[in-house]
Amino acid sequence: MKTKPRFRLLPMPLHSLILFVVWLLLNNTVAPGHLLLGAFLAIGIPLLTSGMQDAQPGFRKPLATLRYVFMVIGDIIAANFEVAKLVVGSSKKLSPAFIAVPLNIEHELPITILASTVSLTPGTVSAEVSEDKKWLYVHVLNLTDKDELIASIKHRYERPLMEIFEC
Amino acid sequence: MLSTAILIATILVCLSLILNLWRLFKGPDRPDRILALDTMYINSIALIILFGISSSTTLYFEAALLIAMLGFVSTAAMCKYILRGDLIE
Amino acid sequence: MEFWIELVVSAFLILGSIFVFVGSLGLAKLPDFYTRLHGPTKATTLGMGCLLIASMIFVTYQQGYLSVHELLITLFLLITAPVTAHMLAKTAMHHELEILDKTSNKALSQRARERMSP
Repeated sequence: MKTKPRFRLLPMPLHSLILFVVWLLLNNTVAPGHLLLGAFLAIGIPLLTSGMQDAQPGFRKPLATLRYVFMVIGDIIAANFEVAKLVVGSSKKLSPAFIAVPLNIEHELPITILASTVSLTPGTVSAEVSEDKKWLYVHVLNLTDKDELIASIKHRYERPLMEIFEC
Repeated sequence: MLSTAILIATILVCLSLILNLWRLFKGPDRPDRILALDTMYINSIALIILFGISSSTTLYFEAALLIAMLGFVSTAAMCKYILRGDLIE
Repeated sequence: MEFWIELVVSAFLILGSIFVFVGSLGLAKLPDFYTRLHGPTKATTLGMGCLLIASMIFVTYQQGYLSVHELLITLFLLITAPVTAHMLAKTAMHHELEILDKTSNKALSQRARERMSP
């Protein structure tokens, strides 16, 4: 077992920031009272819950993360026009398929983010991850070229994630 | 113009709710029904947002947020239940 | 209310509701469960995003202060939609739901069910 860690005021700085921002968003205000209460919650909750956390690789590159987020939002909008076209069109023309995408990233958090991104982007829904975390099973609504799709998932989403998490 | 837009949007959302209801009754399997219920949750958030705009108040925001959260939790719980046959292992 | 704000809000409302409708249409008309899963996870999420942006602009103009708490719902839906889809796909595989005959690589769903490598 690991030794008792040294006391830190902010054991999870990113979580604290998110809690603080969400508290202000929830109350839709930047009044001093809410700033104080938000800061109290943002410091207090991580102190209570940090013991339950499993170690995850952190976001190393804020700039790359931001770029990734914007790219995904753009892809979501493109994906929706594509899916809308497929849904409204004749369903006889669809060629659905299951494919297996080999994964190079390892840890749970990056794989979760990759699977969520795949689910939100053009015509693909992630269905399952294999036990050894080496394969991601994906259902495709309209498959045109299998190898190209796998290559595009790996190139477009996996590589930036590997860069962000440095793994 | 805005009131017409709200009317059209409301009609479209109501039509989607009817389509969801049809899928909920027709099934054919349990995952289909869960998916239909989940979509109904999201569509009812849309309806609440539209109602909030049409009566120009922000009072309904909390209701929408609560529906979003309960909808997700209940969908996850139902999936877990029919996946494992138990909620708490 | 100024004309162009009304225009933008109306445009977002119509666009959003069309996407919500398309998502539900996909749920109703597509042939098997796995294809039906695509409609609600994508179209409905973006549709809700558009509706909430419309609400944000409207409330900001109406109340005279920047209203951003609708962003919270959008973010929440964006985070939970893929999780829901993943769990439902998992459930469907576990129950061995009927897969459309023309689906290529049908055997993979069997491997995925057992969580093995293909």
